[in-house]
Amino acid sequence: MKARVHVMLKNGVLDPQGEAVRHALGALGFAGVEGVRQGKVIELDLADGTTEATVKEMCEKLLANTVIESYTVELS
Amino acid sequence: MKAAVLQFPGSNCDRDMAVALEKSGFDVTVVWHKDASLPKVDLVAVPGGFSFGDYLRCGAIAAQSPVCQGLVDHVHAGGYALGVCNGFQVLTETRLLPGALMRNAGLKFVCRTVGLTVETTDSAFTSGYTKGQIVDIPVAHHDGNYYCDDETFAALRDQDRIAFTYTENVNGARENIAGVLSENRRVLGMMPHPERAIDANHGGTDGQALFRSMLDQLVSA
Repeated sequence: MKARVHVMLKNGVLDPQGEAVRHALGALGFAGVEGVRQGKVIELDLADGTTEATVKEMCEKLLANTVIESYTVELS
Repeated sequence: MKAAVLQFPGSNCDRDMAVALEKSGFDVTVVWHKDASLPKVDLVAVPGGFSFGDYLRCGAIAAQSPVCQGLVDHVHAGGYALGVCNGFQVLTETRLLPGALMRNAGLKFVCRTVGLTVETTDSAFTSGYTKGQIVDIPVAHHDGNYYCDDETFAALRDQDRIAFTYTENVNGARENIAGVLSENRRVLGMMPHPERAIDANHGGTDGQALFRSMLDQLVSA
């Protein structure tokens, strides 16, 4: 089984990289890009039967820094 | 007085830190990240660098290394710890200090000497300075933008736990915070490098007082 973890900066935390991307899109002529947030996707190959709770524990302990980041877990 | 300097793959200020501590009179042991236990020391120093290539987040992998369990135990037992640059990032990732260090707001690596204001002298690390004193200390980092939420900031301010602020906006850090203390005031994390400011031939000696005051306080403790 696989899990896909999305890690994003929390709302309200300034994302300087996202801002730089937004400026670059504007410079390329794409009008109307009002905000860009950049995060990361982490794909995990897991032994069958691994629970969502275990993946969340991985997020809390290592994959995300919950001081500044939020995460979502998708199992497939 | 005994000090341990932690060493991770990618640490690059470990030797500078050891030299600064030795010159100030500490007996220094360098401890490899795989060592699960620390020798009995008065101070643990977490040096600058790019531990584990800054993979995932700066300091995140180092914070999970065996030696960091020893660091956490040392601090929980009331021991002193100093984290500089990547060491500060490690201390926030282990949650021994609040907040987080984010990518510099200008997205650029900043490498120069900056002015710091000493915000408190109420700690073993800062008692050798005077409150409000401005000192020149080098910075060299890409991720030194200190972030904390409003509640944490209020606690840091009200408990006089902001050790140093930049005299200018260096990296977008909240209220120009350059270094913070733990609640028991025995853990200091800071982005600037005091260990690079201990020798007049290397561009300044404003970092000396930090190491000397630590030694004085530990000796008298």
